[in-house]
Amino acid sequence: MIAPLAGGILIGLAATLRLWADGRAAGVSGALAGTLARGPEGRTPHARFLLGLVAAGGVLSLLGVPLAQGILPRSDAAMAASGLLVGMGARLAGGCTSGHGVCGLSRLSPRSLLAILIFMASGALSVVLTRALAGGRL
Amino acid sequence: MTSFASGLLFGLGLGLSGMTDPKKVVGFLDFFGGWDPSLAFVMGGAVLTHGLGLHLVKRDGKTLCRTESGRPEEASRGGKLVFGACVFGLGWGLGGYCPGPALVAAGAAGRQPLVFLAALAVGTLAAAKAAGSDCG
Repeated sequence: MIAPLAGGILIGLAATLRLWADGRAAGVSGALAGTLARGPEGRTPHARFLLGLVAAGGVLSLLGVPLAQGILPRSDAAMAASGLLVGMGARLAGGCTSGHGVCGLSRLSPRSLLAILIFMASGALSVVLTRALAGGRL
Repeated sequence: MTSFASGLLFGLGLGLSGMTDPKKVVGFLDFFGGWDPSLAFVMGGAVLTHGLGLHLVKRDGKTLCRTESGRPEEASRGGKLVFGACVFGLGWGLGGYCPGPALVAAGAAGRQPLVFLAALAVGTLAAAKAAGSDCG
């Protein structure tokens, strides 16, 4: 429980820094959309936030901190389908785990709570389906 | 610079918390199997910290440095939000990545996050084009 809690506190601090210094919610899917499709505020602040995320993976690797214990048995096609669904779903829902979860729940937004509960329920259904259809391998 | 710094800090948190581990994410969503609830502590820690933090950095609806923009909880509503959240969850449970963790894993976890990210970009653009561009 210590690592998840400590990681969560860092995430909360990061979201607070982003709000304080940039006046933005630290939503990753929103930043991705703002980088890919130019909005009124330009791409740069969004792209820099995303670069920071990528850089964090590099820093952790250099420090020898593993990002995962192993990988899921998934084909490229399954990972591509997953990415498409997450990308479209996040835009339609107005945010992803960070935007609705970290930022929205912190503001006690009922809409974000609804989104997070559906993310989890639908994610659970997906895990069940993956197992039922293919024994957990896709 | 602060955008990069907050992304870096956010990414370090994601990596340390276990959110970048697709097996752990699938375990967290596996309510009907060997449920691993530990990732709930990530959201708990983040929401408590940011819930306190946003009261410190906001006065009269504005942040100290900038006017606030792009609030996710106002970017969608109703049936669109529900449908989008369902679609998101199906993808999340299938691959074990959501956008932030996939970016952290991009340079350090082999091929899977890269395939995911390429498709994520396509899905994001497709949905943004279809809906007009309201960035959350």
